[in-house]
Amino acid sequence: MNRDLSLLIGILVSLLALLLIWIFYTTLAADPGPRLAPLALEQLPNSGVSHPVTAVLLNYRAYDTLLELAVLLAAILGIWSLGPAPSGFQPAGPALTVLANWIVPLAIITGGYLLWVGGHAPGGAFQAGALLGSAGVILRLAGHERAGLPNEAAQRWLVVAGVGLFLLVGLLLAVFGAGFLTYPKASAKWLILLIETAATIAIGSTLAAAYVGGRPPLAQSTSAASKDLGA
Amino acid sequence: MSLLLFVFDSILLLTLLGLATAAVLSPEPRNAVMLFIAFGLWLSLVWARLGAPDVALAEAAIGAGIGGALMLAAARRSARRDNRRDNRRDNRRDNRRDVSCQDAQ
Amino acid sequence: MTAAFLYGAAGLLLFALGLWSLLVHEPLLRKLIAFNIMGSGVFHLFIAVAHRSDGSSPDPVPHALVLTGIVVAVSATALALALNSRLEEADAKASSSKTTPSGAPEPNTTARTGLPKPSSNGANRLRWPSR
Repeated sequence: MNRDLSLLIGILVSLLALLLIWIFYTTLAADPGPRLAPLALEQLPNSGVSHPVTAVLLNYRAYDTLLELAVLLAAILGIWSLGPAPSGFQPAGPALTVLANWIVPLAIITGGYLLWVGGHAPGGAFQAGALLGSAGVILRLAGHERAGLPNEAAQRWLVVAGVGLFLLVGLLLAVFGAGFLTYPKASAKWLILLIETAATIAIGSTLAAAYVGGRPPLAQSTSAASKDLGA
Repeated sequence: MSLLLFVFDSILLLTLLGLATAAVLSPEPRNAVMLFIAFGLWLSLVWARLGAPDVALAEAAIGAGIGGALMLAAARRSARRDNRRDNRRDNRRDNRRDVSCQDAQ
Repeated sequence: MTAAFLYGAAGLLLFALGLWSLLVHEPLLRKLIAFNIMGSGVFHLFIAVAHRSDGSSPDPVPHALVLTGIVVAVSATALALALNSRLEEADAKASSSKTTPSGAPEPNTTARTGLPKPSSNGANRLRWPSR
């Protein structure tokens, strides 16, 4: 790209930025009007959890989270449809292996804690899933071909677990309860925890599979040999 | 007190914008990705200041951590591919030189 | 008010910076970094609007929206990187088949990827300048 053109684009973009900042300033100066926050906080006792962000994510705006999990599923399907994964890394040296042996269990335990604590404090399915996914990334860096995930058939079940269970709960509630994803007050806490657990597993395995970057490698030379020895 | 807070906010924001500019302007892919990871971690710090610990956690783990790992892997792959291409070109040149030497003999 | 304006304006500046870089720089990895910085600017604006300077608890609704947004941005990045790696593979294959002397098989993973061999014409169209 030549220099003059990038300078011109720079000037136009800065004008756009100035315009946006001016609009933002006038919006802030005007009275913002009623907000959703008081309503969200007022309904908190009925939502089944005591942390407002989790209540918004899994109860008030559960549609959003359901569709977000569907976007994640679509992304991993796109990555898988592009062909097999590039070859993995060489087996790690002893120091990295020991580090992975320590970090991966710790990440899984911390993920479980974050999932549980999401009901009443900062935390929840996304953070817990991210920790599981990064445990997978570390395993892949340490030489595990499939980033700690099971074989392809099982991986398919794992990545649809979030959307699947979410939809199943929603449809069951629509048939037997008040409406799609409208939890009865008594069981709201456990339904939310159930959905969050499935979402954590789905997010973690999807992120790890996205890091592998293609269709899961078949059991290849070394891993197949070790599996045969183990069997 | 309020002046102190203002100075603190300005330092946070100036560093944030500086990191973003550095990440955007760096021509070397691996440098750019590392600056982007630093930007993401700094951003999560700013969000913790704004009273959003959930989002700060998610940004540090997902945005900076996993996104950065994905981009680093891509940058390293492309660097390796460039190296291989250069090596191949060098090898070809060497072969050609060998052939011309033999011709001379 | 001042703090909210300061933080929101920083988000808008981040958005503009990312937009400029997205338009000006050609390599896909730099475009992706720019795209992520644009997204971060939008998220930052959301968080700044949710913040209350009077010390009361911030608005949880934008926080939840940003949480879902972060995950969607990363999954889009992962998909774009996978697409880019296929493009580079096809590109490398096309350029190596063009420049190597006839019949020399390249130690590439042609059979495994199962991609159709791109014609030289198509390869030029797909070519992404790496610098």
